[in-house]
Amino acid sequence: MSSVELDAPRRPVRWHIAVFLAPAVIVYSLIMIVPLFETLRSSFYRVAENQAYFAGLENFKTLFLDDRWAPQFWNALWNNFYFFLIHMVVQNPIGIALAAILSIPRLPGRTFYRTAIFVPTMLSFVIVGFGWKLILSPLWGVAPSLLDAVGLKFLFAPYLGKPETALTTLALISVWQYIGIPMMLIYAALLSIPDEIIEAAEIDGVTGTAQFFKIKLPLLWPTIGIISILTFVGNFNAFDLIYVAQGALAGPNFSTDILGTLLYRTFFGFQLQLGDPNMGAAIAAIMFLIILAGVALYLFVIQRKITRYQF
Amino acid sequence: MKGITLSLGLMAATALTVGQASAETVTLTIESWRNDDLAIWQQTIIPAFEAKHPEIKLNFAPMAPTEYNAALNSKLEAGSAGDIITCRPFDASLQLFEKGYLSSVNDVAGMDNFGPVAKSGWSTDDGATTFCVPVASVLHGFIYNKDAFDKLGIAVPTTEDEFFAALDKIKADGTYIPMAMGTNDQWEAATMGYQNIGPNYWKGEEGRNALIKGEQKLTDAAWVEPYKTLARWKDYLGDGFQAQTYPDSQNMFTLGRAAVYPAGSWEISGFNTQAQFKMGAFPPPVKAAGDTCYISDHVDLAIGMNAKTAHPEAAKTFLAWVASPEFASLYANALPGFFSLSNQPVELKDPLAQEFVSWRGKCQSTIRSTYQILSRGTPNLENETWVASANVITGAETAEAASERLQKGLDAWYKPGK
Repeated sequence: MSSVELDAPRRPVRWHIAVFLAPAVIVYSLIMIVPLFETLRSSFYRVAENQAYFAGLENFKTLFLDDRWAPQFWNALWNNFYFFLIHMVVQNPIGIALAAILSIPRLPGRTFYRTAIFVPTMLSFVIVGFGWKLILSPLWGVAPSLLDAVGLKFLFAPYLGKPETALTTLALISVWQYIGIPMMLIYAALLSIPDEIIEAAEIDGVTGTAQFFKIKLPLLWPTIGIISILTFVGNFNAFDLIYVAQGALAGPNFSTDILGTLLYRTFFGFQLQLGDPNMGAAIAAIMFLIILAGVALYLFVIQRKITRYQF
Repeated sequence: MKGITLSLGLMAATALTVGQASAETVTLTIESWRNDDLAIWQQTIIPAFEAKHPEIKLNFAPMAPTEYNAALNSKLEAGSAGDIITCRPFDASLQLFEKGYLSSVNDVAGMDNFGPVAKSGWSTDDGATTFCVPVASVLHGFIYNKDAFDKLGIAVPTTEDEFFAALDKIKADGTYIPMAMGTNDQWEAATMGYQNIGPNYWKGEEGRNALIKGEQKLTDAAWVEPYKTLARWKDYLGDGFQAQTYPDSQNMFTLGRAAVYPAGSWEISGFNTQAQFKMGAFPPPVKAAGDTCYISDHVDLAIGMNAKTAHPEAAKTFLAWVASPEFASLYANALPGFFSLSNQPVELKDPLAQEFVSWRGKCQSTIRSTYQILSRGTPNLENETWVASANVITGAETAEAASERLQKGLDAWYKPGK
């Protein structure tokens, strides 16, 4: 389209591009890039007698190996992977299934379900956290009385209060909240598959479930890839739900501690624990590196292997 | 940032109006985290002070408790903090004093109204310099449902055996849940549990100081026993106590569903308005009848002055008033449950608060064992105690294992006698 203008004689420098880009670039640099590098930088420093000094990799060594830090860190990292795993195993397949069901033509109540399933995504994590805490409360919650009504009371336990079940429960609450996102993305991708392809498949006798797995699913892989990477980034940055439901100590007995809550306690301090910005920065740097590695793996390895189809 | 500019603007505005009214009056701005107390300051405390000292005006400028430490630090660094600083106990304020942001208050008139325990929260480790005037402390004990006790014919327990016998009786009757406490928030188990009953075992200040000096260890019987007793509480808590939160426990008690509530005195005013039944209180039961009782009388709030204030004389006048019995009585009655730290007698009107404060007469006071010095390093002993107390009650850890873990954590960074 711009080729029309190219015929004109040598044009002056296009300042307007820089001018229009400037606000975004400046704001983004100031509030994202600069703090990011500041954080990375301060993870290499330590403070002694009110004086910051360069400590190299000391902070990271402490974090990985020191008896006082390492168990907490590895515990948080493992919990974080578990949290991510639950999302990958539960949230995304169910999201795809829901989208597939919703895309069935002439399904009654389709718009209602689409909205209803998406609504929790728009709720504040504070509402979700407190809401589920109340639902699951052994004292006033509806969960025990509902289960009692159908004679399944024995299934109820104080799920959020037991170290064995707390993290899984929280992960499932998070899945409940965010399942709308994979569903919507997949749904949109399903709608954009041209009718010609579906018709061609039908003429060849590929219908129903086979049609989904043989025709639609291969066309969905790029979207599923994007969803996975969004889940990965979101989970390794997660903090809010755990903080709202279990507090900064991520109880019981640190069983729900993930990198976000560990970072919060370390950086800002908690109760009598004074904040340690440098160790906090070191944890933040690790989180950044994990996410960076995950995204890089996706961009340079997985994405290149995914076949894309042009319609 | 917005809060700071806003309060700066307010300060400038007040300074202007005051300047116009009279050139001699000075305005002191008070930094505080007690935004719940704004009305009490404006309606009771400030008028009382200004009536006595018309040349000094007070501007109480509180902020949210969770933001206070960070915001105060940055204000002090920028030189924009108020003249009067409300002090958190122990390390947070000690750090401010060491950085030169707080002045010593040793020479403020009326400081001899305070004993060493009262001053401990705001003194240097050697106790030589005090940098804030102690204002309020909170006491621990048990609040009970008097109607329930009367109905079941239970006398107020004074020894541990009586205590558990009473709980057994309540449990056997089945009308009430014996004790309202949960382990979900963890701090309840530590603060209302371990620190509540513990002083009777480690003999208050004696044990606490011995621990700091390294003469006792957390693995000694005096420190393990309270965990063992705490583990016995499990049978008397409500169903699903593992997921019961602090507000759950409060509601459970004030709705009359539970008979005993391991309490902090700060609950008094809330419970008075919520509960529809008669309440009483008893101190943590002792081992055998006639033993000396020890109570946790934990220092919580003090008031000091900004070392860089423009009006040091006015600030000192105010601090001297804060140290006076008049302020003590005003504050303690406006906020039942926050007790004055002054040695001077204070007349309290609330019966439940009176009951609490009467224990000071017959028991020895001490502060929470983990607060002074011992929570300076990593792992943080206070936070670890939360986890340990909750673990012991849920049965995730035995008393011995928990104590051993805590002592190991403490040994990792704390070298006594330094």
